[in-house]
Amino acid sequence: MTFPLGDAPEPSEAQDAASTDAAFTALLEDSVDDLYESAPCGYLSTLMDGTIAKINATLLGRLGLERRDVVGHQRFADLLTVGGKLYHETHFAPLLQMKGAISGIALEMKKADGGRIPVLVSSVVKHGGEGEPLLIRTTVFDACDRRAYEEELQRRKQEAERAHRQAEADRARLQEALAALQQSLLPASLPAVPGVETATYYHTAAPDRLGGDFYDLFALDGERWAFFLGDVCGKGPEAAAVTSLTRYTLRAAALHDPDPVTALTTLNTVLHERCTGGDPRYCTAIFGILTPDPETGRAAVEVASGGHPPALVIRADGGTDFLPTPGGLLVGALPEASFTSATTTLGPGDTLLLYTDGLTEARTGPDRAELYGDRALLDFVAGHAGASPQGMVEALTGLLESLGDGVDDDTALLAVGVPRTLASSRPATDHRR
Amino acid sequence: MDIRRRNNIQITGRPDGPTVVLAHGFGCDQNMWRLTVPALAEHYRVVLFDYVGSGGSDLSAWEETRYSVLSGYAQDVVDVCEELDLRHAVFVGHSVSAMAGVLAAHAAPERIGALVMVAPSPCYIDSDGYRGGFSAEDIDELLASLESNYLGWSATMAPVIMGNPERPELGEELTNSFCATDPDIARVFARTTFLTDSRDDLKTVTAPTLVLECAQDVIAPREVGAYVHAAIPGSTLVTLPATGHCPQLSAPEATNTAILDFLRSLR
Repeated sequence: MTFPLGDAPEPSEAQDAASTDAAFTALLEDSVDDLYESAPCGYLSTLMDGTIAKINATLLGRLGLERRDVVGHQRFADLLTVGGKLYHETHFAPLLQMKGAISGIALEMKKADGGRIPVLVSSVVKHGGEGEPLLIRTTVFDACDRRAYEEELQRRKQEAERAHRQAEADRARLQEALAALQQSLLPASLPAVPGVETATYYHTAAPDRLGGDFYDLFALDGERWAFFLGDVCGKGPEAAAVTSLTRYTLRAAALHDPDPVTALTTLNTVLHERCTGGDPRYCTAIFGILTPDPETGRAAVEVASGGHPPALVIRADGGTDFLPTPGGLLVGALPEASFTSATTTLGPGDTLLLYTDGLTEARTGPDRAELYGDRALLDFVAGHAGASPQGMVEALTGLLESLGDGVDDDTALLAVGVPRTLASSRPATDHRR
Repeated sequence: MDIRRRNNIQITGRPDGPTVVLAHGFGCDQNMWRLTVPALAEHYRVVLFDYVGSGGSDLSAWEETRYSVLSGYAQDVVDVCEELDLRHAVFVGHSVSAMAGVLAAHAAPERIGALVMVAPSPCYIDSDGYRGGFSAEDIDELLASLESNYLGWSATMAPVIMGNPERPELGEELTNSFCATDPDIARVFARTTFLTDSRDDLKTVTAPTLVLECAQDVIAPREVGAYVHAAIPGSTLVTLPATGHCPQLSAPEATNTAILDFLRSLR
């Protein structure tokens, strides 16, 4: 055999070629027989009924068997463990019969000393000139490492599945706890106020986070009701703790002295006391007193605000304006805070709307670069003048939904209004989601 | 419930001929009978189906509780017979299916008029004075073997496509995958097959019965064939010159001849 290295090799190249030739010849002395017998994998050939006709030394050595005990005496399935035998009969053999070839099947072989070797088996049927099946050729690869690897993978997979299930359960428990806590920060429902209709909406920006917005409405005596709505700075458990403190402080303060400025001043003292130190916490809030007059069918309102966006008053005739409470500072930020109050009276068809900045600071526009803003809100509610508090909250809910993911903060709404006809007071409508 | 779709029922052969139902055993599906169908088709109406969980059956109909007992598989047989309103059909069951046929014939004797039991075993595990061929540990080893193979197969083997004799172009794909089953389903079927002892049910057989055993079968050894033959009075035992557990594939001519001889003897 020659080894073509070029058309006219130089003498030195010819010498190289000669030595390559010699190496190649030596290689060829690795006879086909020896290649079969000592191949790095097991070979065996069986008759169609599985009787072993030929088997290489590699496989015999691996199994610790003698050729004379195997050839002509044993079938391929006899070399397998019982489980492997069953698998062979129910899957391997039918597939091989059907297809004429099968590859990469994981089986276990029995060693003479009782040990087992995991192997990967491939078989192919050799056909005669007439297409009749003559014999089955099988290769056997040692799969010890692979099997160990697979078992490790399977173990890890099971571990991961267990951890995943645990994490899901923990998450569900946490959600449940958060939901219960969130509920404790808001009234389950608002009490009925004679001659007045109320409606609320509450939405947390992230379902698994506690919101920082809050509202409430409750009776002070038979004639007056207090209400408030606000926003604690921050989110999460720390904010929730401040929200809780705020809610119960305002409730207690209002029962002691229902003056709105006094109530906010008390809250300021409490929050500032609590939050001196490394974790300043404050809030914005509007606090108000509602006094319906059964004689006139109107309701007097006095509100005070601490750093909160001003309430909107929407008149039945379409006149709409903010109810300014200038100069109100953030509640809890400074040791001394001054708040101012404002009053108005709601006639039939008039509505007072309290809201948090989740609505006015919702992002709009193609790039979500603009804020919805006070002016747009004023125009929107003016367009719904005359609507009941429930109708107003429903319209605003629709607006918030249309803003989609532009609403990236918590949002709370509280609408208080006098119905157009004084038929009866209607229960509060609660639009939480 | 659409039983035809659920059990992937296929009907072929002579429409006005006596009906022969061919039922596959554990491991594969109705394609196990591909060499049997041509021999029967000339004179018989041949009904093929897959047990729920196997082959082209509706996997969504599979329930672990139902298919953890042999009677669940027998109910599939009865459902198929009722769906086709079969009367005195000949039921040919391979391996575990032979015993499902015994239960079905007992439950619906008017539907199944004769039984052919191919490589049957009423009990695979040895017990006092009975040799089934296996110990309980052996069966655990099989289950482990199934696990290790499905680990390798599950990612690459697509769900089994529909077996449809009328569409031979599906044949290639079909032969690649006809033995592949969802690993969870295969585990349940294997447990039911190899851990059930239904020797007592053999006494209930009253229909003419042919028992076909293989000369060399590691799954159902000769002793088991003799046991089944002895337990069913009047049954015929034929030992096929076949090796392995699937004589309908490894010795199709002898298997077909034995079945046809039996069918002719019924007239």
